[in-house]
Amino acid sequence: MYKYIIRRILIFIPMLFALTIIVFGLAQLAPGDALTGVSLSDPNIDPEVYEMQREAYGLNDPIPVQYFRWISSVAQGDLGNSLVFNGRSVSELIESRLANTIYLGLFSLAITIIVAIPIGIYSARRPYSLLDYGATGFGFLGLAIPNFFFGLIAIYVLSIKLGWFPAQGTLTTPGVTGLAAILDRIHHMILPGITLGLAGTATYMRYMRSEVLDVLGSDYIRTARAKGLSESTILYKHTLRNALIPIITLMGFEIGVLLSGAVITEQVFQYPGLGTLFLSSVTNRDYPVVMAIAMILGILILVGNLLADIFYSIIDPRIRYD
Amino acid sequence: MKNGPVLEVNQLKTYFYLRDNKVAKAVDNISFSILPGETVAIVGESGSGKSITALSIMRLINKPGRIVDGEILLDKEEIHRFSPKQMMKIRGNDIAMIFQEPMTSLNPVFTIGNQIIEILRKHKKMSKGDASNRAIQLLKMVGIPRAEEVMKEYPHQLSGGMRQRIMIAMAISCDPKLLIADEPTTALDVTIQAQILDLMVEMKERFQMAVLLITHDIGIVSEYADHVLVMYGGQIVEQASAKELLQNTKHPYTKGLLESLPNIDDDVERLGTIKGTVPSASDFPTGCRFSSRCPNVMEKCTQSNPDLMEIEKDHFVRCYLYEGGIKNDNEYV
Ligand SMILES: Nc1ncnc2c1ncn2[C@@H]1O[C@H](COP(=O)(O)OP(=O)(O)O)[C@@H](O)[C@H]1O
Ligand SMILES: [Mg+2]
Repeated sequence: MYKYIIRRILIFIPMLFALTIIVFGLAQLAPGDALTGVSLSDPNIDPEVYEMQREAYGLNDPIPVQYFRWISSVAQGDLGNSLVFNGRSVSELIESRLANTIYLGLFSLAITIIVAIPIGIYSARRPYSLLDYGATGFGFLGLAIPNFFFGLIAIYVLSIKLGWFPAQGTLTTPGVTGLAAILDRIHHMILPGITLGLAGTATYMRYMRSEVLDVLGSDYIRTARAKGLSESTILYKHTLRNALIPIITLMGFEIGVLLSGAVITEQVFQYPGLGTLFLSSVTNRDYPVVMAIAMILGILILVGNLLADIFYSIIDPRIRYD
Repeated sequence: MKNGPVLEVNQLKTYFYLRDNKVAKAVDNISFSILPGETVAIVGESGSGKSITALSIMRLINKPGRIVDGEILLDKEEIHRFSPKQMMKIRGNDIAMIFQEPMTSLNPVFTIGNQIIEILRKHKKMSKGDASNRAIQLLKMVGIPRAEEVMKEYPHQLSGGMRQRIMIAMAISCDPKLLIADEPTTALDVTIQAQILDLMVEMKERFQMAVLLITHDIGIVSEYADHVLVMYGGQIVEQASAKELLQNTKHPYTKGLLESLPNIDDDVERLGTIKGTVPSASDFPTGCRFSSRCPNVMEKCTQSNPDLMEIEKDHFVRCYLYEGGIKNDNEYV
């Protein structure tokens, strides 16, 4: 198993390298460059000064040179300075946003797991029961309703009309600490968390149902029954572990899905995360910030897949040896 | 107590309720018994209801199937009346079962040791250590080399023959009264089939079990079975001791099964097969269920289904060819 995990981590390195090339390449392909945003916002800039600036930033150097300059500073943890926010360092801009987005993503993933897996199991054990039909109906709705639309309805009904949840932000009363602060944070994350996790919950519920049904019909479950094991041993020991194998692989991809969903959800709830920063930076052509966020999102997705593969190898012994 | 049969099945009916109000009569009025130490074989082509008979005895029939009628007695206990909880104490403990597909019958994510220890702890309430020692003993008994290491291995690391040995070890672990083996060698290499069957005989003698051996290969019954039931279309069509059945074959279906065996003593190629296929259990022909394929079919056969008749002592046949023939006064219902 360790061999497998080490091999898997080694593959991670070239993938990371490929990611840097893709991010850099995309930034090159995008219209305009690091200075277009600035010059466009100020039509009085002298073209000569603009040219000098280009030289100073190294934007006239050959592309490979620019790439190596960028990657070596990134490797040293220097993500450059924002072109918009008074030249604040990108790391500083991103830091608190990244934490917010990770909290939101984990919270939404937790909701998905806590809701989807038990309901999926129940649906599989009692197929065509009332709850199974209910779950199927909810599943279709969850997949059919766009994120932002659900978010808007949730804000309208649950925050504006009923006043149960705050409609935006992460904290109400500044300065609270300890448990109160954590609870306040969670209170703010409930609506965006559910909105973000809706499609995933619907999807995983269906996956779980079909996986459990599949496993329950397998030969080794018949063996377990023939051994006289109790229904709970059969379900929680023999069935669950097998049914979770494909689910865990999918969860690896889910991190990417959550992060792209976060861009829109954060916007709807004005949640100060990476997503809102990303959108505003794209609009402002704040390339250093855009590239840094793209890198971070890419790395998170790669790490998600790495973790899924490691869990997969722990749960499924057939992977460990070859 | 040891005199009566270990297992008695009386007029068992297991039906599957399908869509469009169709009913598949997978097992339709089957009766037989197994004496202590005896091996009874059920022979028949695929789809004749052998596995459903076995699973009915285990009370492991799932929806849309249901045991609709009949009695199942284990040492005179009416297990067909047992609650699911009571059945859990019987399965794996008093009746053990091994299956056709050793490759998929063990759980891929648990070690061999885990899967044997589990059943010992469940039924024999052994401590982990005792169960582990016993599991190693059992593995050695069924001829697994490196038993201690195999305990820590996973099913995918072992061959089909090895896995079937492990299924046997698991089956005998709680010293059952009855072992049901549903085509235990069908999925295995020919060279390994005899080894597995011999191992079952050895275990049967060692643990004093009765055995219900299910097979589609009538060629193995003379060597491994005392008594044979030939099944077709969910019913018994011929029933006798193995010796009698092979020497004095009566039913055209049994004859067909025997003729389709490759015969090494014969110079002539006589690999006959029964024409046609087994009819679906929801769509039997009217009359005798074999009439659509029978070489000796008569008009009467397509009108009503014959009863199972005792035509000689302890030799039962369901066929109009023998009606009023040899002996008809001792009808078996
Ligand atoms: N789950 C099921 N649903 C519907 N019909 C079934 C099911 N299982 C078995 N049957 C019916 O029972 C018949 C006998 O099956 P089985 O006992 O498995 O045959 P075999 O003799 O090959 O073991 C099949 O031909 C099929 O028509
Ligand atoms: Mg079968």
